Amino acid sequence: MIDIQTFILYSSLFVSLFFEVFLLITYLEVREELSLEEKYLGKNIKWFPTVTIIVPCFNEEQTVRNTLLSLLQLDYPKDKLSIIAVDDGSTDKTLRELNEFKNHPQISILLKENGGKHTALNLALERVKSDLVGCLDADSFVNHDALKKIVPFFDDSSIKAVTPSIKVFEPRSVLQYVQKIEYSWGIFLRRMLSSLGALYVTPGPFSIFRMQVFRELGGYAHGHHTEDLEIALRLQKNHYKIVNSHGAHVYTSTPSQLPGLFRQRVRWTYGFLNNVIDYREMLFNRKYGNIGFFILPIATISIFSILYTVGNVLWSNLTRVLDALVRYRTVGFSWEFPSFDWFFLNTSVTAILALSAIIFTFIILYLSIKLADGKARISRGVFYYLVLYFFLAPLWLTKAVFSTLFKRPISWR
Amino acid sequence: MIDSKKYIVAFLITAVIFGTAIFVSNILSQKKLEDVRVIENRVALDILSSETQFALLEETSCSDIGPGFLSKELGSLGEKLSYAENQTEFNSGDLEYLKRSYFLLEIKDYLLMKRLTEKCGIKPTFILYFYSTEEDCKDCEKMGYVLTALRDKYPDLRVYSFDYHFDVGAINTLVSIYKLKSSLPAMIINSNPYYGFYSVEELEDAVPALQKLAAARTKALEAVATSSEKTN
Repeated sequence: MIDIQTFILYSSLFVSLFFEVFLLITYLEVREELSLEEKYLGKNIKWFPTVTIIVPCFNEEQTVRNTLLSLLQLDYPKDKLSIIAVDDGSTDKTLRELNEFKNHPQISILLKENGGKHTALNLALERVKSDLVGCLDADSFVNHDALKKIVPFFDDSSIKAVTPSIKVFEPRSVLQYVQKIEYSWGIFLRRMLSSLGALYVTPGPFSIFRMQVFRELGGYAHGHHTEDLEIALRLQKNHYKIVNSHGAHVYTSTPSQLPGLFRQRVRWTYGFLNNVIDYREMLFNRKYGNIGFFILPIATISIFSILYTVGNVLWSNLTRVLDALVRYRTVGFSWEFPSFDWFFLNTSVTAILALSAIIFTFIILYLSIKLADGKARISRGVFYYLVLYFFLAPLWLTKAVFSTLFKRPISWR
Repeated sequence: MIDSKKYIVAFLITAVIFGTAIFVSNILSQKKLEDVRVIENRVALDILSSETQFALLEETSCSDIGPGFLSKELGSLGEKLSYAENQTEFNSGDLEYLKRSYFLLEIKDYLLMKRLTEKCGIKPTFILYFYSTEEDCKDCEKMGYVLTALRDKYPDLRVYSFDYHFDVGAINTLVSIYKLKSSLPAMIINSNPYYGFYSVEELEDAVPALQKLAAARTKALEAVATSSEKTN
């Protein structure tokens, strides 16, 4: 008879392995599609729809100029592309930066009192008359061919929104290198979720929608500080198709220090959990396809599973350290190198399953880096990621779960 | 739309991985227990051989009893069993059987050791150690470290460890022979019971034979150092 702890551990290992196997099968299915996209996407476009990009800004004086410049440098017919920058009551020199573009024919500037990102987006949406509309966070920059790699997807009338691949802009700190690898993993995951019809976020940096979406479903909502997650779930709930263009690259500035990263990730996880609660009707519901039946439940379960696994690993290592400490205090430090005996290798079922899950994780990591960068190589980011991420993620997951359970407010920045 | 086939395939692959992990783990744990069994057989044979040798030499000089007379593998056997005890992968029935055999082998080895010390008039260099794997024995873990350190320091020292609560008649007999109380950890050194935790130094004081072993060890080390100096 296995105890409850072993049962939870086995279950969470089964779920993790199942998810990894599921992802790899999906990858094998779409492999050919990916290489075709890489070869042909964005070339010989026959129809250029009109596009408006909204740039909501709150205290983005450092980056907004380059954000707008990157939009102006997009390889797209100028008469088909317009930009609306909204200053959401910035208290720094953002408005001064925006005013430098006030005479540009493609750019219009709106001012409003601070009310949050969703209010800035909604204000701009009222003025949008184009076929497509998108958002670009004022700390992000687009690749010149990003729009051309997104627009062709709209030839399919059932597609209502297209998300890009997001990469870390000029990583410098250790944490930014960790995020670079994490974002690569995100690029792979989004592309697989796209094939499953299960994208549950249309990220702030450069997700493009048909304007029809907002006319039919309304504008952005607060969405527990994650309006990009809420709108995606709203689309999915209404059976509006969202796909990902992995070749459309957008670069975003990421937190360089732990406090900033922690706050951002708490907001994301808290937003995810609370939006899932709001859209709980979709959970395990076959009516909503893979997203309702599998992806949302497993993404939710994985938060708790990660916390449980990390707790378990930390506890067993802490016990070992305490044992070593007791040993040290009793008989002092032994300099003798222990001789190897395979008998003392952990060959339990849990250890073998954990090893299998780790091997699959490495395979997915390899594929992710290859998909994101075109080739896979061992960089310092991979090293930092492998060493640090296991300890970092539980920090924000714990806080987000705590804030959700006890209904504690969280902050944007 | 849900592609049920894909879910089934993913489930089957995961189930196969799970099944393989369980199978491999079982095979390996059986192999480990088999290793322990092989060592126990070897120790049993060693003891039988020593007993026979002892019987043959009954009327001859003690100097004929050379090094290696007693099995050297009891220590590593104990370590392996104590590791296996803390793992969940082993079949508890098998493990209990192996532990029982181990304790009996220890007692046989101890009896042989005792006869040897009596016949040859040497100071005993063995400790009978009684511990408990239950929560109530806080010092047992520490005492275990001390005895392991002592055994590493004095390879000729024989420590016989017994799980006080393990249901083996011979252990109960030992307990009643030495009138051991249930306060653990407990040791029998030179027929005297010692209760509670003792440090390495305290035990060295309590067992005079250890000092002899220490002196012999220092002498041996010096001899090695001198001979290597000469060679250079």
